[in-house]
Amino acid sequence: MLELRGIDVAYGSIQALHQVSLRVGPGEIVTLIGANGAGKTTTLMAISGLVPPHRGEILFEGRPITGLAPEALVRLGICQVPEGRHIFPELSVAENLDLGAFLRRDRRQVAVDREQVYRLFPVLQQRRHQPGGTLSGGEQQMLAISRALMARPRLLLLDEPSMGLAPLMTKHLFEIVAAINKEQHTTILLVEQNANLALQVADRGYVLENGRIVMHDTAEALRRTPAVQSAYLGI
Amino acid sequence: MEYFLELLFSGLTRGAIYALIALGYTMVYGIIGLINFAHGEMYMIGAFTALIVSSVLSIYGLPLPAILVLAALAAAIWAGAYGFTVERLAYRPLRDAPRLAPLISAIGMSIFLQNYVLLAQTSDFVPFPSLVPEFAFLEPYGAIVDSSGLTILAVSTLVMTALTLLIKFTRTGKAMRATAQDRKMALLVGINVDRIISLTFVTGSALAAVGGLLIASHIGQINFAIGFIAGIKAFTAAVLGGIGSIPGAVLGSFVLGLTEAFATGYVSSDYEDVFAFSLLVLILIFRPAGLLGKAATEKV
Repeated sequence: MLELRGIDVAYGSIQALHQVSLRVGPGEIVTLIGANGAGKTTTLMAISGLVPPHRGEILFEGRPITGLAPEALVRLGICQVPEGRHIFPELSVAENLDLGAFLRRDRRQVAVDREQVYRLFPVLQQRRHQPGGTLSGGEQQMLAISRALMARPRLLLLDEPSMGLAPLMTKHLFEIVAAINKEQHTTILLVEQNANLALQVADRGYVLENGRIVMHDTAEALRRTPAVQSAYLGI
Repeated sequence: MEYFLELLFSGLTRGAIYALIALGYTMVYGIIGLINFAHGEMYMIGAFTALIVSSVLSIYGLPLPAILVLAALAAAIWAGAYGFTVERLAYRPLRDAPRLAPLISAIGMSIFLQNYVLLAQTSDFVPFPSLVPEFAFLEPYGAIVDSSGLTILAVSTLVMTALTLLIKFTRTGKAMRATAQDRKMALLVGINVDRIISLTFVTGSALAAVGGLLIASHIGQINFAIGFIAGIKAFTAAVLGGIGSIPGAVLGSFVLGLTEAFATGYVSSDYEDVFAFSLLVLILIFRPAGLLGKAATEKV
């Protein structure tokens, strides 16, 4: 479904990604794990068209999408929940959700999807008139994921959904992510520092170190790899 | 009492004009954090466009209200085109540059546009026809209210209401607010941020142009430099109200307009600017973010 072929990204003279190649198949949950500054977020930003790769190619369903505008990528069904949630703080919860569906013209279906999101996260319905900035961290993460779902994504990019959340909330969110994948057949590329959790929900995983992919395998195999265990799982 | 009402009305009229210009400053600042110093020039260009169009139309003998409406449309469209072009040429290439760079290119644009109009037109004041018909029903109150002042108030109220509704309820308005609050996330939900920024410049310039026409018709003369002082005053009003805030810009404008009118009326017209800027200093001492501005702390 998504394929990165030899992506290089540089910020000025600092090269953040070296020859990153990865593949996400339809219906899969693939995780990208790695330490702070390894280039995980940069990889997602390159896929979403916010930082242009200097070299390499990105394919979505076999078509090259390198250099397309973020708008065009959202239209294709590639939606990102960025690190730090990026809720529009002064817009209400409902308005935040509406903006998720910004490019959609099928108003009736948007309303149906909004109801579905409210069923998934009832707390959002209770707070639909409240400004997004007044929600708690966990609620903001729910809103951020819901906002992305409002676009009917075919590929969902999740950046550090567990950041700053209580363990129980994180567990709840990951269950919902797994459910979205199963019930709506949404393909998911998950970036996480919490490798333990990520490798539990994912089918396959890639390990990113200093801007390079150093390992990839099924999630289960990675969990059993000693190098991964000592570096990322704290075993 | 009559004198007080006259001053009150003149203050409101001034405030309405400042508000039409200040909205452009505050919208642009809200969305890209830039003080568009060339904004006053849009007001001046609007006034000149209106002058040219109304002169041509009056040759054809159109009725006054028709001339007023057509001249306003022409001024808004023409100044909007200038606003669009200025953003493209002077600000967009510098969008990711340090903050000082676009500020300097804004000042450069302002100087360029003034001198361009100076060369293309004249350095002298040129008479501007009164485009507002005399309303007969106002005659008994002639000492307090005049028809061009009333038109200014009515038009600006209408325009500001329309703008507020646009920003609050339309899809484009939501996209504008989203872009102002988080530009990166706006891109990620698929908003064409460049288009929204262009639209902000076009809207702001069109509003300023309408202001330019109304005040020129009220005062009766224009020259190439009128944008400078009007721009500075409107900018003061926007800062007074809290730059970046739309209700703030409107409130700041009326506070400034009324202060000037009463200072002129009860003290001396020589002190008009002294009072205006003293007010600014005072408010910035006690409320650095302006009347309705938010302090720059954000919950993370």
